[in-house]
Amino acid sequence: MILGRIEGSVVATAHHPSFDGRTLLVVQPLDEHRQPVGTSFLAVDRVQAGVGDVVLVNREGGGNRMLLKAGNEVPIRSLIVGIVDRVDTE
Amino acid sequence: MYLGRVIGTVVATQKAEGLEGKKLLLVTPLDHHLAQNGDDQVAVDTVRAGLGDLVYLVGSREAALALDPWFVPVDAAIVGIVDDIDVAKRKVAP
Repeated sequence: MILGRIEGSVVATAHHPSFDGRTLLVVQPLDEHRQPVGTSFLAVDRVQAGVGDVVLVNREGGGNRMLLKAGNEVPIRSLIVGIVDRVDTE
Repeated sequence: MYLGRVIGTVVATQKAEGLEGKKLLLVTPLDHHLAQNGDDQVAVDTVRAGLGDLVYLVGSREAALALDPWFVPVDAAIVGIVDDIDVAKRKVAP
């Protein structure tokens, strides 16, 4: 999983049926000091995250399919699975 | 998942088993400011996207899961056509 910040949301009326009723958010990956690192990507929201939230994103499909309990054919690779309260580093 | 712009179509007569009848499009990956993010790639279309459309894609193994049957050799699939991107303080038009 990685840390990221919610930058915004994406609206797409025409989509694959697996995305029905799901919220798609723009995530900017962050380093341990909450500084942006790398380029943004899209993730399905599972925790009602909002713009500006620091979140935990799982970028692996198998775990996501288990969590979403939506069968073995769901093409969702990135899922927001937590809202981060605090990151402690040395 | 990530954003992309459809910039062309790809025609391939000879294809691996499972890819018959699948529409292949050439896509430029984009970030949320619609700046290019990586090299152009070929993706399978599942949503009837067309030239110039702003789309979102899923990569890696999950791309194959977007297809029916899903046990096929693809690593990028177009799974949505973007209407709007709402980014803080700025609205990005498709």
